[in-house]
Amino acid sequence: MLDKNGIAKRIAREVKDGMYVNLGIGIPTLVANYIPAGIHVTLQSENGILGMGPFPVEGEEDADFINAGKQTVTLLPGSSIFDSATSFGMIRAQKVDLTILGAMEVSEQGDIASWKIPGKMVKGMGGAMDLVASAKNIIVAMQHVNKAGESKLLKQCTLPLTGVKCIKRIVTEMAVLDVTPQGFKLLELAPGVSVEQVKNATAGRLIAEGNIPEMKID
Amino acid sequence: MSKVVNNVDEAIRDINDGATIMFGGFGLCGIPENCIAALVRKGVKGLTCISNNAGVDDFGLGLLLRNHQIKKMIASYVGENAEFERQMLSGEMEVELIPQGTLATRCMAAGYGMPAIFTPAGVGTEVAQGKEVRKFTFNGVEKDYLMEYAFDADYAIVKAWKGDTEGNLIYRATARNFNPLMAMAGKITIAEVEHLVQPGELVPDYIHTPGIYVHRIFQGEKFEKRIEQRTVRKK
Repeated sequence: MLDKNGIAKRIAREVKDGMYVNLGIGIPTLVANYIPAGIHVTLQSENGILGMGPFPVEGEEDADFINAGKQTVTLLPGSSIFDSATSFGMIRAQKVDLTILGAMEVSEQGDIASWKIPGKMVKGMGGAMDLVASAKNIIVAMQHVNKAGESKLLKQCTLPLTGVKCIKRIVTEMAVLDVTPQGFKLLELAPGVSVEQVKNATAGRLIAEGNIPEMKID
Repeated sequence: MSKVVNNVDEAIRDINDGATIMFGGFGLCGIPENCIAALVRKGVKGLTCISNNAGVDDFGLGLLLRNHQIKKMIASYVGENAEFERQMLSGEMEVELIPQGTLATRCMAAGYGMPAIFTPAGVGTEVAQGKEVRKFTFNGVEKDYLMEYAFDADYAIVKAWKGDTEGNLIYRATARNFNPLMAMAGKITIAEVEHLVQPGELVPDYIHTPGIYVHRIFQGEKFEKRIEQRTVRKK
């Protein structure tokens, strides 16, 4: 089983040189810490940054420099600032190469639910609906099961959807899976996790063919 | 006729009960905090507010919310405000949640004089309910798009870093966000700035919002510029 940082480390291996990448709040944000040396990646923050840098050194935080999670950040040399329409323009026009975001549920058709639990929790979709509707390459970073122990990889989402048939790849503490027309295809297992365990934690159709390799994370 | 008003109360003088107002800002970054405080003092009620977020419990639009001055909120993300969630779930306040890019583009459309836009955001979700869906082939791919209307707001209230007496505005860093889009979209646009300067002091090439969009401008008395999530690393 991986912890959150382990999930982020595995996803960091999907990031390629020259990519523009949008990282969502939570586990996706951690991915920035594990991008391999020698790979040049430009991080997009949908409130209006390309070239987002690390958190500021203590005492240098500035209210005018925040990321999409409202955290204080810095800008790297070569960065740019733009308004929210330009930001979602580059997302809609598929200039952003890779989107990594969290989810409450993903269905075997690639539907995603992430913004609302009716009657209980309504935070809003923020930029997630725009991102999933347009991005060409989306990876979901999430726990395989929720706090109640129920699978988050379902036949059909039960919560209000964020997007339809848009998720291609999911990385959880247990596995890497692709959404295929036949169902969730198991690609890799986390260290110490068996196919049986993934099967038990996956409510949607799981396809596990042949020998499933162990994830490489370091 | 000068666009410069003497103070914040003069800037919002004709905003009355039932007005529809856009507020610039993302989270607490780049919000028109002087105008919000003045609207709280004035006590106008039944407002429809268009803003990406709804502030926090004791700052930003949270102040109008706490005072029950907002009838309807149009926003994309409202996660950091317990009182907001309470008023929404109890039905005291009407809430329309829309995708962030849709919000931005509906502002832009208003400022560009275009009545509607088409976006794929929200297709197949509850955001699409009651909206016209059209198929377009774009970049070689056929997809469904939702028709979304340009906003029709009585006022847009924005915050800029620098402005001149002609109404030209420059924003600083990520405090830009929705501000230039909303500035273009208000029937009456009110700008509060940190520094009000004379014509000629701003370089024309660097102006983000041309003064034609701005009707009233003033230098804010004080800016708290509160940080919502202070994240730092050790020296």
